[in-house]
Formats: sequence, structure tokens, C-alpha cells
Amino acid sequence: METSLYDFAYLVSIVLFIVGLKRLSSPDTARNGNLVAAAGMGLAIIISLLYPLDGGSNNYGWVAGGMLVGAGIGYTAARRVKMTAMPEMVSLFNGLGGACAMMISLVEFYNYPANTPLLNGAAFTTLFALFIGSISFTGSLVAYGKLEGFLRDSLVLPAPKVVNIVLLIAILAFGGYILTLPGLDFTLVLVFLALSLIYGITFVTPIGGGDMPVVISLLNSFTGIGAALAGLIYNNQVMLVGGILVGASGTILTVLMCQAMNRSLLNVIIGGFSSKGGVTGEGREEIVKEATPSDLAIELKYANKVMVVPGYGLAVAQAQHVVHELESILEEEGVNFSYAIHPVAGRMPGHMNVLLAEADVPYPKLLELEDANKEMVSTDVVLVIGANDVVNPAAKEDPASPIYGMPILDVEQAKSVVVLKRSMSTGYAGIQNQLFFGERTRMLFGDAKASLNRLKEEVDQA
Amino acid sequence: MEGIISFISENLLMVYILVFAIFLGMEVISKVPTVLHTPLMSGANAVSGVVVIGAILLIRQASADDYLVLTLGFLGIALAMINVVGGYAVTDRMLDMFKKKKRKA
Repeated sequence: METSLYDFAYLVSIVLFIVGLKRLSSPDTARNGNLVAAAGMGLAIIISLLYPLDGGSNNYGWVAGGMLVGAGIGYTAARRVKMTAMPEMVSLFNGLGGACAMMISLVEFYNYPANTPLLNGAAFTTLFALFIGSISFTGSLVAYGKLEGFLRDSLVLPAPKVVNIVLLIAILAFGGYILTLPGLDFTLVLVFLALSLIYGITFVTPIGGGDMPVVISLLNSFTGIGAALAGLIYNNQVMLVGGILVGASGTILTVLMCQAMNRSLLNVIIGGFSSKGGVTGEGREEIVKEATPSDLAIELKYANKVMVVPGYGLAVAQAQHVVHELESILEEEGVNFSYAIHPVAGRMPGHMNVLLAEADVPYPKLLELEDANKEMVSTDVVLVIGANDVVNPAAKEDPASPIYGMPILDVEQAKSVVVLKRSMSTGYAGIQNQLFFGERTRMLFGDAKASLNRLKEEVDQA
Repeated sequence: MEGIISFISENLLMVYILVFAIFLGMEVISKVPTVLHTPLMSGANAVSGVVVIGAILLIRQASADDYLVLTLGFLGIALAMINVVGGYAVTDRMLDMFKKKKRKA
């Protein structure tokens, strides 16, 4: 049958993917880029529905049913999710993509001709897709559970490193064994599937919740690779290129995130944060100074320059709107108000940007790490709202600290620092923060939203 | 080993595309401001839902009474469509907020 027209249309959708991703990486064109990529996907799906096939009975009813159900659930979930729960949502979506790659490979094996040796590229690709799709599926679900909070970090497997390495080697060896058999044993494929699913769980479980962004990004690239492998199985170019684009972008994003924390990917996976070390601050006589909202209000009102360092606590307390209101009031008083955004603040790179954008904070007020640090010396008051590890001086001073070497916001350079925090508990890295005991530091305990509301009232009255 | 080599030579064009696409993906994405990391990740995640095409082709090739394959394929399509539609919709929501910002600024 004549397929060249369809193949050409596939090429068009590949081009739309590439242009879309390119446009997604620049602020002015990003929204348009997303639509371009979506159009590419729409075209690719239409072509795959029309593409002339040799055998099979099309089963359009099943196809339409699956598409409607999936599109309906996906659209509703995307509309309803709170902006703060975005990382969890992305992780969940990603896991479902992985599950699809897993199902495809499973069916491919189910349909594999009997008594045919498996030592060939097609079987190898299918097995690889099954492996990577399964990891992406269960791994993303664990990442989702950790971010949602129903899987605690304290849930630790015994000797996770040993378990993971042994399991990985076992899976690879078992996969190799399956491929050398004279014919396919479907039961063995199911065992392989089960092992891969378990590996996805044991791979992500020991990694701390604070590192989930890196893991989600990595699993995202896994799903991309899974899609590309499925593309090889079906000899389908759009799946191959689309999948590889995601695989490459996910890998780059993962590396960028690790660089922002000054850690290697291996260090994140093996779990650098899980090992305790460095100054814990315990056993020393340390005095914490508390700030009162009324004093702080006056200080803020007469400051020239105020900088906010937002962290995950801001997202949890949903305090982005209050902080913006405080900003507006102080701006009217002539205060120069800005936000210092650490690359890994929150649970995902750009998490804080999205959050503050939701509260209508103007773009130019968000300073990136280096710019913010340049401004720090001339800043009168720094408000650290629900951030901890990203302002921990141990990253600079204490080589034994697990976060040593991570670039931080130098809030200690400012004339005074006020930390808004619920308690003295540690951040995700689980280490004490010497900043809280610093000479220029004061603490304002309580829920970030409640504290900011009180602060706002006091500023209004002052 | 022979099987692998013959697979590569039979699919030489696909292997070429694969290698070029790796370089292309890295070039397209390497320069991204931090602000866009989350939307980009979300958008790329939606693109990875392209795996839905595999599930569509799989169902279309199946015979009408092969219920196991049809059920698995149906599930695959539904899950991947959640990824695709949800992914693009979430990304659009994120970027919508950025755009509003720009207008006012």
C-alpha cells in the first residue's frame, strides 16, 4: 500500500516536536512551543490511526475508548491539580507513560512466534523496553508517593546499596539468560517483569524526598528511552525521535539539577544525603534569638532593600499570595523588594518561579542565585521563608557536611536575616543549620502564612 | 551476536536516526533558563507520551477476538493518553501564569 504520504506527515510531526521543544526553552516563546509540540502529537496520533496496516482488524472501538478515557482523566487531573502539587502530577503522568511502554513490550512477547530463537535485535529491544518502562512506572509512583507525603523517607530498606546492585545484576543476567533460550518462555518474561517492577521501587525508595526532582527528571528520560525502543520495535520514526528527544533532554536536565547541587548523579542515586555527617549543632550551647512581628514590621518599612528567600515551606503554607501583598505594601513605602531564587529551592527547579508567578509576582523581581548574592551585601533585611538547606553555611564551611560544595544564597552577608520557620527541625538534608544561631539572625516561628499575615497587619499599622 | 549485527544492518536507517536524534535533543535543549526547567520537564514528559502510537498500532494489528491483547492495548492507550493530554494541559497552565506576568511587567 502507498504509505509515503503518511510517512511524510510523520516527518512533519517530528519537526513540530523539535520546534516545540526549542521554543519551550525560551520564556517569550514557551507557551507557543508547548502548543506546537501538542500539535505535533495530535498529527502523529491521527497518522497512526490512518496508517495502512497489512493485517489486523483495526479495532477502532477499542482505540477510541482508550483515547477518550485517557484524555478525559488526563485533562481533568491537569485542570484540577493545585500549582503546588505540580511535581507530583508530572511524576505520576511520567509513570503512566512508562507503564504504556511496559504493556507494549509485554504484548510483543505474548505475540512472539513460537520456537524462534531470541538472540536477535528485536527481542533484545523489546526486553530492554520492558525493563526500562517498568522502572519508570514503579519508580515514578514511589516518587509521587514521597512528594505527596504518604511514603516517608524513614521507610528504609535494609542495605539499599547492596540490594540494588545485586538486584540489577540479577535482572541483567536473567535477561541475558532469557535471550539465549531456543524459544520464548512467557512465564520467564513475567518473572523478568516482576523483578524490573521491584527494582523500580528499590531504586527510588532510598533516595531522599529532597532529591525527587532529580529522580523525576531521570525517570522522565527513562520513559523517553522506553518510547524510543518501542519506536525501534515498530519501525516508527516519530516514536523513535520523540522518545530520544525526551531521553536527551531529561538527561541534560538531570545533569543541570545535579550541577546546581554540586553533586554527581551517582552521588544522588546512591544517596549522599542519607548518610549523616558534619556539624549537627547538638551538644553545643547555642542561643536562638526570636523576632517579634511588630519590631520586624518597622524594620521592613524603613528598610531600603528587602529580599525574600522562598523555599518549600512557602509552598506548603500556600503563602505566595500573602508574600506578594506584603511586597505591594512595602513597595508603596519605597522599599526595594526582590526574591532570591535558589536553583533547587522547593521540590523542583523552577518550583518557586511557578509558585510566585501564580501570585502575580512580576518576573523581573525574581533574582537568580548569582545576581541575588551580588545584591546581598546591600540588603537590609532578608526574609528566609520555609527554606533551609539552600541557605545553610555548612555547604561552604564544613567539608564533612553532606551538602558541602553546594552553592548557597549568602544571606549572612545581609545586614539582618529573619528566618520564618515552623520549628527548629532540619531541612530535607537532615542537618542542622548554623545560620539560625548566627549573630545577625532572628527566628520567627510559626506557619509561614500566619506569620506573614501578622507581619502584613503590623506593617499596615506601623 | 550475529542476530544483533543483522538487526543493526537491517535497521541501519533507524540506527542513524537514533544517533542523530541524541545529538539533536542535546542541542535543542542545552540552553534553558532555570525559570523554565519545570515547564520544560513537563512539556518533554508530554512528548514522551508519543509511546501511545505504539499502543494504537498494537491494537489495530490485533485480531478482533484477542481480548487479552485488546485489554492490555486499551490500558496502554488510556495510560499514555493521560500522560499526553495531562502533560500538555499542565504545561499550558504553568506557562499561562508566566505569560500573564510578562504583560503586566
